[in-house]
Amino acid sequence: MADLVILLIFMVAAGIVAVEIKDLLASAIALGAVGFAVAIGFIRLAAPDLAIVQIVIEVLSVVFFVAVILKTTHVDSAAGRAYKGADIFTFVVFGVFAFVFIFFSVKLLLSFAPMDRALGPVANHYLTQGLAETGAVNRVTAVVLDYRALDTLGEATVLFTAVIGALSVLRLEGRKK
Amino acid sequence: MSGMTPIVKVVARIVGGFVFLFGCYVILYGHLSPGGGFAGGAVLAAGFMLLRLAFGTTAKQEKSTSISSSVFESTGGLMFLLIAILGLFVGGYFFANLFPSFGTPGLLVSAGSIPLANIAIAIKVGAAVISVFVLLASTKYIFKE
Repeated sequence: MADLVILLIFMVAAGIVAVEIKDLLASAIALGAVGFAVAIGFIRLAAPDLAIVQIVIEVLSVVFFVAVILKTTHVDSAAGRAYKGADIFTFVVFGVFAFVFIFFSVKLLLSFAPMDRALGPVANHYLTQGLAETGAVNRVTAVVLDYRALDTLGEATVLFTAVIGALSVLRLEGRKK
Repeated sequence: MSGMTPIVKVVARIVGGFVFLFGCYVILYGHLSPGGGFAGGAVLAAGFMLLRLAFGTTAKQEKSTSISSSVFESTGGLMFLLIAILGLFVGGYFFANLFPSFGTPGLLVSAGSIPLANIAIAIKVGAAVISVFVLLASTKYIFKE
């Protein structure tokens, strides 16, 4: 568990660097460090399926950020300015929300079984009957595309909606000059 | 746009094929090893972007890729829905596995309709990521006009 805690501390530190540093390129790279630390955390928690997706998406997003920053500017004009009243109000509201959220999350997490054990009858059913019912050796795929395929459909719909939004904003054809 | 330096072009030419091969492996073996449609589609899209960034494109290519990636995305989504509705007719409920006992568990031909759904999701996710990339890359042609 100690390595996971070190990883989390590293992620928080990299996140603070990403917010506070003045050079936007360094900020994007710090953000990438957070993402890769998430991927390492997934590997540590024995979730290679998620780790693959996380690494690929993180590489893509860092490439996007670096491409945009190289085309525009390195300097963050908003960094280093003094915080005003509205900023402090936002910080306080967000801090209270984050405290309440984390408090109840931790309370709920402590009521679960330890992470390396199956959580309940449903997870046990997936582990013991999954191979016989679906024929898939990889139980994660069995859950994602058979037992919980409706969730995957929802996920695909979210992606579809995002692409439609991007298309309607950034389309090449039918623009009025 | 003529792309990046010759060093990047040579490396991209060598690596590109392996990236696409790995993407296909992750998709087709999604029911046996870690991975699946979402990861494999993202890997394929990443390989595509590698080649595009290395070799550069023209406005005409951007437009044709934008259209074809939209078509592929809709096709992938419709394939996934078709598998779901076939499950409704064959197995009795939405997303029922069409032939779960077909093939030997642990081999490539197994797990019924899960590999088919993996392929559909891969087409959908890959085309979606590519189309967002092409849209963002083609903004330079919008603002130039």
